[in-house]
Amino acid sequence: MINLIINKISRLLSGIGHRMIARIWRLGAGARLFMLAIIYSGESFKRFHLTLREIYFTGVMSLLIIIVSAFFVGMVLALQGYNTLQKYGSSEAIGVLVALALVRELGPVVTALLFAGRAGTAITAEIGLMKTTEQLSAMEMMAVNPIARVVAPRFWAGVISMPILASLFSMVGVLGGYLVAVPLIGVDEGAFWSQMQANVDVRADIINGVIKSVVFGVACTMIALFEGFDAPPTAEGVSHATTRTVVISSLTVLGLDFVLTSFMLVV
Amino acid sequence: MTSNIVEIDNLSFGYNGRLLHKGINMVFPKRKVVAIMGGSGSGKTTLLRLIGGQIKPTKGEVRVDGHVVHKQTRDGIYQLRRTMGMLFQHGALFTDLSVFDNVAFPMRELTDLPESMIRDLVLLKLNAVGLRGAHKFMPAELSGGMARRVALARAVALDPNIIMYDEPFAGLDPISMGVICGLIRSLNDALGATSIIVSHDVKETFLIADYVYFVANGEVTAEGTPEDLMQSTLPFVHQFVHGEKDGPVPFHYAAPDYRAQLLG
Repeated sequence: MINLIINKISRLLSGIGHRMIARIWRLGAGARLFMLAIIYSGESFKRFHLTLREIYFTGVMSLLIIIVSAFFVGMVLALQGYNTLQKYGSSEAIGVLVALALVRELGPVVTALLFAGRAGTAITAEIGLMKTTEQLSAMEMMAVNPIARVVAPRFWAGVISMPILASLFSMVGVLGGYLVAVPLIGVDEGAFWSQMQANVDVRADIINGVIKSVVFGVACTMIALFEGFDAPPTAEGVSHATTRTVVISSLTVLGLDFVLTSFMLVV
Repeated sequence: MTSNIVEIDNLSFGYNGRLLHKGINMVFPKRKVVAIMGGSGSGKTTLLRLIGGQIKPTKGEVRVDGHVVHKQTRDGIYQLRRTMGMLFQHGALFTDLSVFDNVAFPMRELTDLPESMIRDLVLLKLNAVGLRGAHKFMPAELSGGMARRVALARAVALDPNIIMYDEPFAGLDPISMGVICGLIRSLNDALGATSIIVSHDVKETFLIADYVYFVANGEVTAEGTPEDLMQSTLPFVHQFVHGEKDGPVPFHYAAPDYRAQLLG
């Protein structure tokens, strides 16, 4: 009986250890891919058309979902904000609330989450399928480095696209908030814009938001690239990798957001 | 100077504690078409990957043009690969590029040739495989045989010294098979290259190969010219060449007693 219990516990511990080692191994492999992507980035800038093409696929093709979502997020923010602010007689502050919420948090975070779902999955599936259909092996056999040719341009495309998308998200969100607050609810237009102008700080709010979106861009793109590169070359493997991209990217973005916000508020 | 462009010397390779190859020796003379044959899972494709330096041997070595492949730096391996071309089992065409761009890919990536010259060279290569007229197509618009021919044009884009073929006849209709078969031989002779074919299609391979190695159980079980092997009395070779159902490679995978399993 005691032996049985000891056996079960040791099997449980060995299972946990095995999983931990596998996680650490993946983390290390991801970090290695990140370093290689940086090292082999020269080509992405020398032949910028490769990066530009990826910016089109990751950035431009994500515009629709980003803009539509931003518009609705801005409108909801204005509705909810007004509902609360009017209780305290400060409904003119609705412009500040919408702008700060978007620029500081929702812009970078929601953009990153949408990016992970739209562009991240596409990157993972594309690279996973390239691996499955031996396109990456073919590239290697042609003496063309897949990290330089496939990974690095996509990485920089993601890093460049994310802050632009996040900025667009914030701008369109503010516009959505304006449309609900001013023409629909009847908040004074002058108060809406002047309060926003007076209270949104370039350094503390806008630059911090851009920093966040750059960090999220690095994280989301790298996770998508790694999952594609690490996917087992089967249909099931690619499908699991795509799912993991969304899950891991989303959790990473939310976790990183907390860490970054803490630092930004302290510093 | 050796007349062999590729030499495999006492090569062993395995993973997860299981040896796939156990002390394999092979030579691939210049300008010859040499085939590696064997059943599925016998490690034929792995041998190509070892020659290309995509994986490292557990023991022994592969020499390409006198250079030990696994001792090369990454740049060294890339230099060696520039002298190789490889046709993958399903072509491995880049699905986001047109037929023209697929063939132009190695030229654009590895040379400084002007675009006008690349255009002429690509059309030349595509003409050699009979698909000049399909240069605007995307890979999704090609049949299996056409895709294989485009991949062949891409593999010989930079006039390699060694051309490796991984199951070039698999899944092709008889006409496409005949076309690929003829192309492998004619391109080899026209380019003065050495071809290494991994296949289990006996008829087509024997038609074009100068020399054949049979691999089974991690070892070279037989070798010789196609004529020699057709006459071979070795049980494995006889079973393989004549496609017999049962023999040294049993029809049934190892299993417990049939009666006992059904009734138990």
